[in-house]
Amino acid sequence: MTNFENASKKIKLDSRSKYLRKLVLECLFGGDRGHMGSAMSLIEILRVLYDKVLKYNSNQPLLSNRDRLILSKGHGCLALYAILSDKDFFSKKILKSSSRFYSILGGHPEFDKVPGVEASTGALGHGSPIGLGIALGAKIEKKKFHTYVIVGDGEINEGSFWEASMIASKHKLSNYHIIIDYNKIQSYGQTKNVMQLEPLKEKLSSFGYKVDQVNGHDIRQLVKYFRKIKKNKRPSALICHTIKGKGFYFAEQNPFWHHKNFFTDEEKLKLLKCLEI
Amino acid sequence: MRKTCLETVYELAKKDKKILFIGSDLGPGVLDNFKKKFPERFFMEGVAEQAIIGMAAGLAMQKFRPYVNTIATFITRRAFEQVVVDLCLHNLPVTLIGNGGGLVYAPLGPTHQAIEDISIMRTLPNLTILAPCDANDMKSLILQTPKVKGPIYVRIARGGEEIITSGKKSKIGKGLILKKQNKYNFITTGITAQIALSASKILKDKYNLNIGVIHFSTIKPLDKKLLKKIVSKSKKIMTIEENVIDGGFGSSILEFSSDLGVRRNNIRIFGLKNKFQNKYGNQQELLNYNNLTDEYLSKKMYKFIKND
Repeated sequence: MTNFENASKKIKLDSRSKYLRKLVLECLFGGDRGHMGSAMSLIEILRVLYDKVLKYNSNQPLLSNRDRLILSKGHGCLALYAILSDKDFFSKKILKSSSRFYSILGGHPEFDKVPGVEASTGALGHGSPIGLGIALGAKIEKKKFHTYVIVGDGEINEGSFWEASMIASKHKLSNYHIIIDYNKIQSYGQTKNVMQLEPLKEKLSSFGYKVDQVNGHDIRQLVKYFRKIKKNKRPSALICHTIKGKGFYFAEQNPFWHHKNFFTDEEKLKLLKCLEI
Repeated sequence: MRKTCLETVYELAKKDKKILFIGSDLGPGVLDNFKKKFPERFFMEGVAEQAIIGMAAGLAMQKFRPYVNTIATFITRRAFEQVVVDLCLHNLPVTLIGNGGGLVYAPLGPTHQAIEDISIMRTLPNLTILAPCDANDMKSLILQTPKVKGPIYVRIARGGEEIITSGKKSKIGKGLILKKQNKYNFITTGITAQIALSASKILKDKYNLNIGVIHFSTIKPLDKKLLKKIVSKSKKIMTIEENVIDGGFGSSILEFSSDLGVRRNNIRIFGLKNKFQNKYGNQQELLNYNNLTDEYLSKKMYKFIKND
């Protein structure tokens, strides 16, 4: 086990992290389904981005100088819905409609339905090429905004991610930032058994990224990282060591909580109890 | 036709700084003039079609208008999901220019022959599909592409095709009457327009029959107004395409006709069989091999109508 993995486990969630997780549970319970584990590993990454890093105006989500955030691992969208509603891109009241027939909130996010969602994702390996195009467009027009793409660890099994990496490196896109939610569990099981990504840092470096690693649940480490990357002269990649299902001891690193549906009352209570302060 | 297409993109780029060109490892010298004049809008990327189409989508989100060019099968087969999700789902104005539509790459074998691109691309929402028949048609249509809101797929034929649309105004979304509509008509797309014109001439010369030829350079959306007129007034129709007949252009005519309540046995569709080509040679040889010739089709039309 790496130091980062140990450290991820030790992080105690503060009230804001627990609150955002509660919003995810509203989606999960409302729709009676969702990628629970995949959302919970993302919360602190999204929280830091929306609280401290991204420039945006939730009343005018399409302002041209906004920073762009693409959640390429679209199945983690419940975490995105939680933070977007928290930032008033839309009302929190609609979280409980998640995945329902009439809802704007699907099991994967869609750009023209959900305010604040930059690209429709769900099929893996699409967000990084799209983000690359946005970053390239900004470079051509000398626009100052930055583009951030969050990818899953299982997702970067896809060749398109590595294709986009080579192109971003070729064009020296210093405004293009990849964030890897490295929770080490993909749908079937552990990434090291399904498709080994290691040595990940070296792989990313060799594709031209300036690579860093943090504990993806450590707010201070994340804030510190995002403060410094704007000075990079090439694309950046951040490996966030995270815990799938973080915050819920029975779901942590448990592939059976990657996606979950049909919650019993007992399960709901158990989940909510984990968020008591 | 390809040269005309790319040169027309260059013409467009001179007028609109939002127009970009993206190729995936094309041959040396392609659009050198574009590259020289607008280096910041010319991109020759590697053999990475999936990422290139995603990249084009991202650029289109930034209000650019990318024209992406590579071999047709690498767009329609390799990067199909990117076309569906990145372009069609987001409804972005990216124009995909597919070299070698149909049997153009005959000597290169089945990996390079786009024999089912019409079938698979026409299933996609928001996508406009163009298959011009000659360089003149191509130029007119490409000049109109900036007016289209969503993604476009342009199917390019070999090049050097006989110009049959001189003096005619090709319009995106409109069919073109190449030979006056009659009670018997050929309906074509792409370079089968030339074959149909020739077949029509044979029937006139041999049997004094007047057979109309109507060319649809826009496969999707179909010019339903014109098609309705033709289908309801024709006694017999033969459709011709350089694509497998399964789900292709002729299929779209049959689908449309079924809505009109037209008897299905009034329409026959001709194209490629649903099989990979087991021969090489050149495009004409493979067209002959698949019976997509003026001689064969004129005989078929004659048999089809002789007892009327």
